[in-house]
Amino acid sequence: MPAPDSRALRHKVAIVGAAETDTVGLLPNHSMLHLHAESAFNALDDAGLTLADVDGLATAGPSPVQLSEYLGIAPTWIDGTSVGGGSFLIHVGHAVAAIAAGYASVVLITHGESGRSRVGVVGAGGGAGGNQTPGGQFEAPFGVFGPPSTFSIPIVRHMKRFGTTEEQFAAVAVATRAWAVKNPRALMRAPITVEDVLNSRLVAWPLHLLNCCVVTDGGGALVLVGEDRARDFPKKPVWVLGRGEAGAHSNISQMRDFTQWTHGIAAGENAFHMADIDRSAIDHAMFYDAFTHTPVYALEALGFVKPGEGGPFMAEMHTAPGGDFPMNTNGGGLSYTHTGMYGMFAIQESVAQLRGEAGERQIRDAKIGIVHAPGGFFASVSTLILGNE
Amino acid sequence: MAYNKPLPAPTPETQEYWDGLKRHELRIQRCRDCSRHYFYPRPFCPHCYSRNVEWTTVSGKGKLHTFVINYRPARGFESDVPYVIAIVELDEGARMMTNLINVQPDPQHVTADMPVEIVYDDVTPEVTLPKFQPARR
Repeated sequence: MPAPDSRALRHKVAIVGAAETDTVGLLPNHSMLHLHAESAFNALDDAGLTLADVDGLATAGPSPVQLSEYLGIAPTWIDGTSVGGGSFLIHVGHAVAAIAAGYASVVLITHGESGRSRVGVVGAGGGAGGNQTPGGQFEAPFGVFGPPSTFSIPIVRHMKRFGTTEEQFAAVAVATRAWAVKNPRALMRAPITVEDVLNSRLVAWPLHLLNCCVVTDGGGALVLVGEDRARDFPKKPVWVLGRGEAGAHSNISQMRDFTQWTHGIAAGENAFHMADIDRSAIDHAMFYDAFTHTPVYALEALGFVKPGEGGPFMAEMHTAPGGDFPMNTNGGGLSYTHTGMYGMFAIQESVAQLRGEAGERQIRDAKIGIVHAPGGFFASVSTLILGNE
Repeated sequence: MAYNKPLPAPTPETQEYWDGLKRHELRIQRCRDCSRHYFYPRPFCPHCYSRNVEWTTVSGKGKLHTFVINYRPARGFESDVPYVIAIVELDEGARMMTNLINVQPDPQHVTADMPVEIVYDDVTPEVTLPKFQPARR
């Protein structure tokens, strides 16, 4: 057997069903598992399938067996990779290999999180864990409190090394909000300015409130099948062209280089190798924005700009409506929705753009999209390249 | 008043580190093969994967590598807000999370690469935490 090459799996598996929960935002009448189920039903409806057709299941948050029980299915391929908000991108990559190998024929990937209302939360949460864990011994005693105090730790080093400014990070929130204005489902839709961001209350300097994502309830799901039947569904298939993933640390204090996302570079290179395209082929980008600095690190890790150029690039508003690098067009985690593990929504928007279903925010002639996400605090990373031709 | 912040619980491979702090010594590990110091404690080198490692006592001097000034307190930290959660790079090269204390929690006074030194904070009879402060000149 010749050495395997991921390029052999390019364009072999497609997303044929994609949907979110009926609404996103504040859903106090939905348990976490109900959000998964509503997403699953909506995505399967989108593909003209039912739960009876599903033989592969991947999810994060609850385990795939907890979800199988709730849905009443017994899938013969399961993936419970749960490494934070980007887990669903990783599931897509794993599903490509599983479908190509014949392990499964219809893979359902679900997300649902009662991030705001906290109803019926199932499964292991994040956090430092017990006081014997590395996080419990070497971070918790110093008063870290959730993502705003940990995900933010690298920022000052980026500022020190490259001269990135608070105004440049604030510009990310401004550009993203300008997209949210065009999305009727977005939680935050009033336009904002750099001054508004810098004048919002301090959360963990250099983070102000408007540098941080919203907190919501919601879910989304995807249905994937192989090339042999991908064209037999109601909607045009969205092909998986490339995927990459990596993991390197769990606790932010162990991040190898606070100025660049080193394993994010590896994930991106693997995705572009598999897709066999250049950066210039990308029409649309979804870079997970838990905070305003995460897309800056993504832009640099993926090679769209050189190290240190991410801040000025954002300040020049290339990513805003009308710009030449449309990014986070649903309004992102910053303004659209962020349930906790936002990666599913980043994929949903990429699919919507490639299907031409993005309404007022539609990018004309979008053919190839990239989705890139951290899980945890730059801990895991995942990249997808999707295409509609 | 009883200490009500999160406390660490040592494991066998970290016991020497916590015991050292109690004696007001900063004990971290060094690889005998690649000569690099590393943190947190584990019985092999995370740089070159050698298991030929040793405990060393280090100076407790270093630089402030990166930080946030935190306004949303963790449990027990309510009266400390705002407080500096810092990553210090020791002179020996290893990095660790800590709090920067005895400084105004303000970006005018707290800056990347400022020299810092360890302060042994005996928070309970059993636990000493490594805090850091601006180095005395």
